[in-house]
Amino acid sequence: MTARVRAQRGVCRNTGHHDPATTWRACGGAAPAAMFAVALTVLVGASVYFFVWGKWNPPAAITPVGNEIDAQYRLTLIVTGAVFILAQLGLAFAILRYRDRGKVAHYSHGNSKLEFVWTFSTAVVFLGLGLLGYKAWGTRRLTPAAPNAVRIEVTTAQFVYYFRYPGPDGKFGSTSPKLIDPATGNPLGIVPGDPAGRDDIVVPTLTVPVNREIELLIRSQDVIHSVFVRELRLQQDSVPGMTVPLHFTPNRTGRYDIVCTQLCGLGHHRMHSYLNVVSRSEYEKFLTQQERLLQQTSSQ
Amino acid sequence: MSVKVEVSARTQAARLQAASGGPTSFVRKYIFSTDHKVIGIQYYFLALAAVIAGVILSAFMRLHLAWPGLQVFGGTMKPETYEALLTMHGTLMVFFVLTVAPQGGFGNYLLPIQIGAPEMAFPRLNMLSFWITFLAFACMISAFFVPGGAPLSGWTAYAPLSSLGQVTGPGEGLGQTMWLVSIGLFCVATLLGALNFISTTIDMRAPGMTLLRMPLTVWAWFVTAILSLLSFAVLLAAAIMLLLDRLAGTSFFVPAGIVVSGKLQAHSGGSPLLWQHLFWFFGHPEVYITILPAMGVTSHVLSIFSRKPVFGYRAMVSATCAIGVLGFLLWGHHMFVSGMSPYSAFAFSMATLAIGVPSAIKTFNWLGTLWRGKIQFTTAMLFALGFVSVFVTGGLSGLFLAQPAVDSLLHGTYYVVAHFHLVMSMAAIFGIFAATYLWFPKMFGRMMNETLGKVHFWFTFVGAYLIFVPMHFVGLAGGVRRYADFTAVPYLWSLQPLQRFITWAALVTASAQLLFFWNLFRSLRHGEKAVRNPWRATTLEWITSSPPPHDNFAGEYPRVYRGPYEFSVPGASEDFVMQSEGDNV
Amino acid sequence: MSEHPRTSRFDFAGKNGGDGVRLLDASGLVPQRTYVTGMTMALGGILMFFMALVSAYVVRKGMPNSGWIAIPELPRILWLNTCVLVASSVALVFAHARFRAEDDPGFRRWWIVATALGIGFLAGQIIAWRELVERGVYLATNASSSFFYLFTAAHGLHLAGGIVALIWILLHPTRRLTRGTATEVAAMYWHFMDGIWLFLFLVLLVER
Repeated sequence: MTARVRAQRGVCRNTGHHDPATTWRACGGAAPAAMFAVALTVLVGASVYFFVWGKWNPPAAITPVGNEIDAQYRLTLIVTGAVFILAQLGLAFAILRYRDRGKVAHYSHGNSKLEFVWTFSTAVVFLGLGLLGYKAWGTRRLTPAAPNAVRIEVTTAQFVYYFRYPGPDGKFGSTSPKLIDPATGNPLGIVPGDPAGRDDIVVPTLTVPVNREIELLIRSQDVIHSVFVRELRLQQDSVPGMTVPLHFTPNRTGRYDIVCTQLCGLGHHRMHSYLNVVSRSEYEKFLTQQERLLQQTSSQ
Repeated sequence: MSVKVEVSARTQAARLQAASGGPTSFVRKYIFSTDHKVIGIQYYFLALAAVIAGVILSAFMRLHLAWPGLQVFGGTMKPETYEALLTMHGTLMVFFVLTVAPQGGFGNYLLPIQIGAPEMAFPRLNMLSFWITFLAFACMISAFFVPGGAPLSGWTAYAPLSSLGQVTGPGEGLGQTMWLVSIGLFCVATLLGALNFISTTIDMRAPGMTLLRMPLTVWAWFVTAILSLLSFAVLLAAAIMLLLDRLAGTSFFVPAGIVVSGKLQAHSGGSPLLWQHLFWFFGHPEVYITILPAMGVTSHVLSIFSRKPVFGYRAMVSATCAIGVLGFLLWGHHMFVSGMSPYSAFAFSMATLAIGVPSAIKTFNWLGTLWRGKIQFTTAMLFALGFVSVFVTGGLSGLFLAQPAVDSLLHGTYYVVAHFHLVMSMAAIFGIFAATYLWFPKMFGRMMNETLGKVHFWFTFVGAYLIFVPMHFVGLAGGVRRYADFTAVPYLWSLQPLQRFITWAALVTASAQLLFFWNLFRSLRHGEKAVRNPWRATTLEWITSSPPPHDNFAGEYPRVYRGPYEFSVPGASEDFVMQSEGDNV
Repeated sequence: MSEHPRTSRFDFAGKNGGDGVRLLDASGLVPQRTYVTGMTMALGGILMFFMALVSAYVVRKGMPNSGWIAIPELPRILWLNTCVLVASSVALVFAHARFRAEDDPGFRRWWIVATALGIGFLAGQIIAWRELVERGVYLATNASSSFFYLFTAAHGLHLAGGIVALIWILLHPTRRLTRGTATEVAAMYWHFMDGIWLFLFLVLLVER
């Protein structure tokens, strides 16, 4: 078999070797090296382009903490981006430069000093990133909401959201799972005898005033669901048996999607509601309107 | 080269019997075989069956996501069917492909040979673990065919969705029970396999095969086995408790006062987060169980086809062990937004970022191995190089998710799906492909077709990136994972062009895998005969015939004189020196 | 019942190359020490299994709204069972000593005593279950009883496996393992399951 025929079969043999029939060797051809280098360069170029272009970035954040998270995201993007570019292009370079050109490879078992420097610097960069990013987590999760925050209870069930406002008395009425009955208009199981519950407003969408701190008390009736609003940069599972508090201060009015990000059954994909951030006067209007509605239904 | 050991006459006779080829009946030789090589191949083909099923499931999922109205088999896909496919895709791939193929398949076949042992420490136990795995697989597949179909709670089976029975969804009846029984069986099988691997590595090494002369593949399988032993035991306990919650009415994971479809459940006081803690205590090490063997194979292949010793062998061993230890300390990063104490997030976040360090060491050393080498582009080498690229990309996107604040945006979106598919699934699959192209000649005595292999590589490599890079952007835009379709939420529907692109890329990439199967099955019969050491490599699997005899070395047990990657040694007659070559050679 | 001298763990693959006499099993391929290593690893896995159960117990009990109602009084027979199991371990130690002294009848005698005490322990555990059932404390009654049954059942199953092994070693000549290895491995397992029970019992008593 001639070298040409062998090459056509996709395998180069080391023809210089003393026993060609028993040794297979792929050649370090320029073509695969070039293809690899081009592929990696395109990967780097395309990734950088799409991340800088930012077409699929989430819409602007509507909370100060959201902006902090965005800043941390950008910092991480720059750090990991630099490592990504260096590593992929380094790989491309090594493949191009050190393909088999017939010379003997350099015999070496490594370089401890270089290894140490590399280990130390990656440790500093990675852990530093974590330390810097912890503040954005802490301001939202480790500090409790202010006492004057607007408290709204979020209850999830397969596959709906309920939002409960405490009404004029500022107190949530007690609930009992035995009384849960969406068909008769008591989806949360509010105990009828409890005066605190009489003025509670239950609605399917969340309306909050702008520039006020909001505290959500998140609960679930059946399985685990979650509350995710991308503009808030906020996501929280609702766990049955637990009430998870969560606070934020939206600073821009508008209507935003609330979706469920925890697999909760066959209707998971249609579990959807809205967050309406409105001006203070509109919020007051919303509350009085709901209260009037409530009075009408209870007087009937 | 080999060493005669003084042994009793009885032992000698037993060895002769072993060397002469072992059992001859078909059943003993190919079905209930105790030969680790046969068992390795059985595991490998089991994984092939599972991967075919898993890929078909994902193809249906991708088709449905791109064109939700599409009629397949005379109807559109129901959401519960989609979620069942999703659950089974994840389960089959994580357990029956990525755990089975690298460890059960290649580990079984090659670990004893690479350390110069004639057999696994416990051959019958080895056979038992394969057949229990097979039973688990049969049980898992049959979950499709029970009333209600396969479960829809995802491969993570979060309680209480998974613990209340059919009220929470169609597949949550018998299907979920079958799923749990299968996972329990799988745990038992993996535990038995793991203790076998560990004992073999500790006690069965050939003379001279010190720990720091073991190939990096052996180190990877060894540490993986330790991880399996410690983590699958925990999953087994969790699975038993969940099974009791479902069947015996206990309340380990189900709290009081749960109302599903208007019915109050009888459970009381359980903790859904407890399941998550137990599951992820297993689940995170599991990620390293799938990826460590692929890392080992990559180091092995990069060294062979750069004709250079591995750069920083000791650092590689330390990094492997460090990943093993740290892998147990960071399960909580799956639970940043689960309702777990926000204070513990800090520790989990730091441990997660810390595990980036040994991963970075490995990447650095892979590049160091290539540096000033003599790179030869065999298909195995292409996949190993592809592994490095894919692992770096997928690993770096993990640095976002490791920070709880940034995770608040990205958790539960396609960003996570893209991240773990690249760093765990694609990387592990690249490792499996590299291992297949490298060791096929050893395992089956024939060469695979390199041209087809290279075409397969390019489709897979480019395809992996075309699928999973756009997926990061879907997630960044807030695209939620595990949705049966995106029609209900306008902003999700606006991402549909990206979803369609991903589906096209996935379908092309999946079809390209036919090249691999064609190559594999054709080469079994028609490939060119392989010699002992076709790649001119140094470790012990290459000193024996292809395929090796029943006792691996035909009675001539090797003695080891040097490290595993002595390539291009100055002054040597060849550019590789076998581990078994004495100094006088 | 003569034994080869024990070889060190790494003799088979040591730095010195491990030439010379090595103690192998009947297949001629596997060193005897491997069975000890294998058992050590198995015990590691079993330990993780029980640690998972115990940590679940502690977490589940400490939950707010856990609804935890401790079993009013653990069956008193558990104390007796515990003594029986410890005695069984002691008997096994004696058996092992007799084995080393190459006193076969003595070995068999103590071995049978250990096995019988093991069976006695299991019988006692079943009596404890019956007592609870009579009191109306079932598996699903409360998390405390769920854990009680789970602990005792998981441990009992493991111990039953140990009893089968003890009887097997007594009645059958082992093929691949030498007698010495078989007894050593079985004793390791037995003492370990004894220790696990003491730990579980302690948890049940203290963390009520």
